[in-house]
Amino acid sequence: MVALSPVAHGLARPDPRRVTLLLALGTLLLALLSLGTGAAGLGPTELLSALTGEGLDRRAQVILWDIRLPRLALGLMVGAALAVSGALMQGLFRNPLADPGIVGVGAGAGLGAVLAIVLGGLLPAGVAAFVGAHLVPLAAFLGGWVATLLLYRVATRGGRTSVATMLLAGIALGALAGALTGILVYLADDRQLRDLTFWGMGSLAGASWPRIGASLPLILPVLVLSPLLARGLNALALGEAQAAHMGIAVERVKRFAILGVAAAAGAAVAVAGGIGFVGIVVPHLLRLLGGPDHRHILPQAALLGGGLLVGADMIARSLVAPAELPIGIVTACLGAPVFLWILLRRKGGMGL
Amino acid sequence: MKALTLSALLLASPALAGGERVITLGGSVTEIAVALGAQDRLVARDTTSNFPPEIEALPDVGYIRALSAEGVLSLDPDLIVAEGDAGPQQAVDVLKAAGAPFVLVPEDPTPQGIADKITAVAAALDMPEAGAALAAQVQDGLAAAEARAAAVTDRKRVLFILSLQGGRIMAGGEGTEAEGIIRLAGGENAATGFQGYKQIADEAVLTAAPDLILMMAREGDLSIADADILAHPALAETPAARNGALVRMEGMLLLGFGPRTPEAARALYDALYGQAGG
Repeated sequence: MVALSPVAHGLARPDPRRVTLLLALGTLLLALLSLGTGAAGLGPTELLSALTGEGLDRRAQVILWDIRLPRLALGLMVGAALAVSGALMQGLFRNPLADPGIVGVGAGAGLGAVLAIVLGGLLPAGVAAFVGAHLVPLAAFLGGWVATLLLYRVATRGGRTSVATMLLAGIALGALAGALTGILVYLADDRQLRDLTFWGMGSLAGASWPRIGASLPLILPVLVLSPLLARGLNALALGEAQAAHMGIAVERVKRFAILGVAAAAGAAVAVAGGIGFVGIVVPHLLRLLGGPDHRHILPQAALLGGGLLVGADMIARSLVAPAELPIGIVTACLGAPVFLWILLRRKGGMGL
Repeated sequence: MKALTLSALLLASPALAGGERVITLGGSVTEIAVALGAQDRLVARDTTSNFPPEIEALPDVGYIRALSAEGVLSLDPDLIVAEGDAGPQQAVDVLKAAGAPFVLVPEDPTPQGIADKITAVAAALDMPEAGAALAAQVQDGLAAAEARAAAVTDRKRVLFILSLQGGRIMAGGEGTEAEGIIRLAGGENAATGFQGYKQIADEAVLTAAPDLILMMAREGDLSIADADILAHPALAETPAARNGALVRMEGMLLLGFGPRTPEAARALYDALYGQAGG
């Protein structure tokens, strides 16, 4: 462990606890800002009086309690889930390109969502009435979950999971899911095509309290428990054999990381669609900022991911008001150039 | 002075009951609302509402299937009239909870469906007389179109091309709005054997042998010159290209199945069989 600590590298890095505190404050600030921003022009002062429970008409109450608060909560949850999943995957695969998509969550969830959008009309009326508007999230979650379990089974031989096999099988499965999605896209009519294009660009517009209630049990445990894997992931950075010699239960770390990602990222993608870039960039930013120690990266990723997504949603909601942009466009448009700038500014290679 | 106030009151009173600040969602609903004379009461529209062109000056609340609840509420509507497929469901639920009446208009691309839609929009806007008049006018127009179509003995074949991007022909197959309007104009859809709008092979175009090619009129650089279309390797060999029979019509007019559908059927009929028919 000592070999991995920032001090041993002899680099001047900020105190990780201070970074965490600053991120928490920044996220809180963004959250309050987001709550006071919107097309309806309901400012912070009106909202303050609303929280004390007085002087708001029905419309303002709906805007606060049924639109902005659920969106804020969902943005924090989804952003945190994606960023923590990305950190777990990059740690597990020891690969800076890893993100939740690498264990099939993206491709599987995409296939599930497209299946629901294109073939949802064929469901028996009783079933359709029962699942209603939740059909697409449900199918996306199941798709992501099935793809991950399948990959996990393929890559596991005699109780040992090979991350290399998982990576390659993930590419094959992604291609297969892409082809099946292509067939469905070919069958789709105009309206369905637009629906699935919008799904692929992600949105928090579907935020509602029941939906948050459904995804919280999947996301929150992963956020809270992921730091328990930090020691194992730190050791894995040295290689599997070394980690095993250090007394790490390597297979257990792998299993928990993969299942955790399937649950958190699967739920996030299901409720918010395809939001790229958060999972891959947030862990990198944190590594550049405070070093590669997962004990700090995992909780910080939850804060930074949540904050980033809330900020992006604020932009998505206000830029073309009264309409709104798909949030995936905002995260990629803002995230990619910033990320490139950081890469170019750094002399030498990436210290991963 | 007194007379002026009185007439202003008379003008204003029918509008009050059905909402003073109306948002229409969906191209056909907006078109019907304008045709009923409610244009002055509209405060916003969605992306699919683009006829009449003046309507595009209104704020755009986004694509009808990806609405932003707060964006719609920010315009302070006291009535929202939407096509049946408005969404997402959560946004619609929030809009309903916010207090302004939210009216969903049923979707059905048949002559009776158009009349029902007009009646429903008129009821929401509290303009029943104007609605009944418009519905009757449209139904008469459609009945006339159907009668004209039934009288045709030698049906001409029409190929609807949705797009010709990169030389690939995206045609309107069975069960499409394009087929509906072709039938109503007394023609026969040349693209058969598949559902919806699909890319078709060059050989299939030759087999289809259309007498007329129907396309949507587009503005700006997206449009392809007629000469380029008729020079397309497969299309060039069709009877339509040999006769230069190419018709373009504005998309909402052609495929919208709204108040202007009789007009579209009439125009297409004239293009197919000449003015003599009616």
